[in-house]
Amino acid sequence: MYVAVKGGERAIDNAHAWLAEERRGARDVPELTIPQIRQQMALAVNRVMAEGSLYDPDLAALAIKQARGDLIEAVFLIRAYRTTLPRFAASNPVDTAQMALDRRISATFKDLPGGQILGPTFDYTHRLLDFTLMAEGAPEAPLPGQPPVAADGDTPPHLPHVSEHLNHDGLIEPAPQGETLPPDLTRSPMELPADRALRLQAITRGDEGFILSMAYSTQRGYGRTHAFVGELRLGRVAVEVDIPELGFAVEIGEIELTECETVNQFKGSRSEAPQFTRGYGLVFGQSERKAIAMSLVDRALRWKELGEDNIGAPAQDEEFVLMHADNVQATGFLEHIKLPHYVDFQAEMELVRRLRAEAAAAEAQQHQQQPQEAAE
Amino acid sequence: MTQPQKATEFSQSIRGAVAPLLQVAGLAKSYGARIGCTDVSFDLFPGEVLGIVGESGSGKSTLLSCLAGHQRPDQGQILYDGQDVLAMAETERRRLSRTDWAFVHQNPRDGLRMGVSAGANVGERLMAIGARHYGDIRAQATDWLGRVEIDANRIDDRPAAFSGGMQQRLQIARNLVTAPRLVFMDEPTGGLDVSVQARLLDLMRGLVRDMGLSVVIVTHDLAVVRLLAHRLMVMKSGRVVEQGLTDQVLDDPQHAYTQLLVSSVLQV
Amino acid sequence: MTDQAYTFAYLDEQTKRMIRRALLKALAVPGYQVPFASREMPMPYGWGTGGVQVTAACLVPEDRLKVIDQGADDTTNAVSIRRFFARTAGVATTEATAEATLIQTRHRIPEQPLREGQILVYQVPIPEPLRFLEPRETETRKMHELEEYGLMHVKLYEDIARHGTIATSYAYPVKVEGRYVMDPSPIPKFDNPKLSGNAAIQLFGAGREQRIYALPPYTAVVSLDFDDHPFTASKPGHACDLCGAAHSYLDEVITDDAGGRMFVCSDTDFCAGRRREGHQGRLGGQA
Repeated sequence: MYVAVKGGERAIDNAHAWLAEERRGARDVPELTIPQIRQQMALAVNRVMAEGSLYDPDLAALAIKQARGDLIEAVFLIRAYRTTLPRFAASNPVDTAQMALDRRISATFKDLPGGQILGPTFDYTHRLLDFTLMAEGAPEAPLPGQPPVAADGDTPPHLPHVSEHLNHDGLIEPAPQGETLPPDLTRSPMELPADRALRLQAITRGDEGFILSMAYSTQRGYGRTHAFVGELRLGRVAVEVDIPELGFAVEIGEIELTECETVNQFKGSRSEAPQFTRGYGLVFGQSERKAIAMSLVDRALRWKELGEDNIGAPAQDEEFVLMHADNVQATGFLEHIKLPHYVDFQAEMELVRRLRAEAAAAEAQQHQQQPQEAAE
Repeated sequence: MTQPQKATEFSQSIRGAVAPLLQVAGLAKSYGARIGCTDVSFDLFPGEVLGIVGESGSGKSTLLSCLAGHQRPDQGQILYDGQDVLAMAETERRRLSRTDWAFVHQNPRDGLRMGVSAGANVGERLMAIGARHYGDIRAQATDWLGRVEIDANRIDDRPAAFSGGMQQRLQIARNLVTAPRLVFMDEPTGGLDVSVQARLLDLMRGLVRDMGLSVVIVTHDLAVVRLLAHRLMVMKSGRVVEQGLTDQVLDDPQHAYTQLLVSSVLQV
Repeated sequence: MTDQAYTFAYLDEQTKRMIRRALLKALAVPGYQVPFASREMPMPYGWGTGGVQVTAACLVPEDRLKVIDQGADDTTNAVSIRRFFARTAGVATTEATAEATLIQTRHRIPEQPLREGQILVYQVPIPEPLRFLEPRETETRKMHELEEYGLMHVKLYEDIARHGTIATSYAYPVKVEGRYVMDPSPIPKFDNPKLSGNAAIQLFGAGREQRIYALPPYTAVVSLDFDDHPFTASKPGHACDLCGAAHSYLDEVITDDAGGRMFVCSDTDFCAGRRREGHQGRLGGQA
């Protein structure tokens, strides 16, 4: 009787077996393959790579499959795997100006050198369910979309950042290359106050929903920064690593990135003439919502260095944002309350009982005295 | 109300007899191009009350927060009991601010812990300096509630249940329970009804005299300084335009701005 | 059998060295929360990742590991963690407190006194004893630095004013060697006296919060209180219904729908040992 209360090895084994069965689902439906997930669930794969902080579409697809489509669980699997990997080297900073662009838009200029490249976006689709996708064996017609072609015929184009145009006129704050090596959030504990590099790391691997809500709150007046999307670009960049033995950098591969730079209004400060300021977002894969949200939150968190007022908005609160952005931390702690707490609860119960007994005794005593008082 | 102590006599007798408690020289604080306060110098002697008056934006609140260590001034020197406050380690400064110093905020919510009882509010400073006997702490809290005219049976109530005047008196009790030597007050009567103000002023005057407190009090209300302050400093646009004995400054203002202040307010 | 895909005890050697450095610092400054670069582990945050990392950093192949949760070896999370190390480190495991060289625990200290050479690793959810009085890390760190612990006593004062007694029954704050105020993890306050002067090394790991702290053997640990309201290590006034122990911490077990219940030792190894020695409680014959 007593042991039954406490669970045990067999219960765990049975639960795992059942889970495996649920994951697979009905056997008469073909099993998903990793290439299918990678190809057809690419945005989910991107999100898992971004929040898992590991650029590996195949592993992300595997994690999604194993997690039954629960993306936070998939992120968690990737993080747990990633932490065991040895570090061979740190790459050089990627050069996003050299990005092979699939998409590039600016909300601040109608036209600009290189033009606007719409690319593969949901932006202008009508959100109507397409029932032909539901039909079995829909015909695989050749796609009408064209790969991006720049005016001079180069495919794909390399274009300088929009902010460079503002920079020429001194209209936007410069963003010089930092002198020091940024800290690594995955190798050293979060230290507050955090510098911008550390903040950006925490935000880029933070939960998309959380970052989105924080960014949204700044738009609704909680730490408003008047952001415009100066540029949003999506494409592939080369990753290079310095090989000391060779004395030069070697390209080890390409990764897909989404980059967002916001241009924010700013009316001068203690030491600077009026200039536009920047917010910055950079995320693995095509993750536009996250990249834009990231740049808004980044900008809101910069209030101190820019000499702005802290109006007490949540998105201005570095500690609040950074300490609650990580969904692997959050979900673990949230769900740990499923674990037994009977020792603590027992202690509480004992205390409540004793206090109740004392209160009852006090009340009884009062009742005894009252009739006498009434008689006096 | 009773007559104020003869400020001139007091200040003249104390000055020259002992060393100043607080010495401020060349203090300046600016926000970018805007001057918070600049070129402020004065001495405060034990048992002396210094009033700082001026309209809002005159720099009096900036000055007070620099003196109390809430902001760091850009220039100048602050000596407390001969020690250089700005050169002190933070440990030392925080120790001072929970023992020798006290700060009474305009809004009692800023100076009280609204989530804990009145007794805990008064007892906190005692516990912070090592008091570990519940009965003693409670007895001292009860005593102090009495001294600020709060009924002892309210000791377990939270300040949120108190009126504005009671909250302000509670804040004063919480600050004075460790018998500090130097008290900073920021518009302590602001936001209160006139009748409530009068009672509070009377109470403060009694406590200041009985405990021999040195006080720096910032206010825009000349009636408050008339009643409490031995000496007066008038500020405008971040600068001290006139200072001296309270009665002299108010009865015979020299600076045009002080004359304006006195004529517009004191005739009421 | 060790799983060959991972290094001994899961974590790579660099990470283990980093954790050991943090542990050494924690032992050198008892009660001080040492920040460490907590890694993602294959179990969720809040489920013992801090304890698991500390255990991984301390384990050697000769170790004999015991894992308990709520005092018991057979609770699901204890089973899961014990299996994890059996698989990734191949160390021997045991349920006997006396035989273990390293014990990872959640919420309890074993009833049987520990001895020199043993290590007790606690899983810690919130390492900061001041957290619920002051939510800001930047502020609480300053309070520890400057030894400003008045606020902690404000909380205890409020308890007495409201309830007539200190209404903290677990995770009861302690002061270590007269310096740092420390959260002993959510052990019942009944266990607090065992923290002090313990012959074993006591290590505390908080994974999500990235903190490690420690009590070296024979450290003086005092539960906070007032002179006139001294700390008491209370427990329910029952004896164990299985082994009859009158001085062990008890779980309350509901036995039927009609309000029937029994009290049994939360420390399963302790209880079983007593029964083997012939002790019997009220229901000892039936259970």
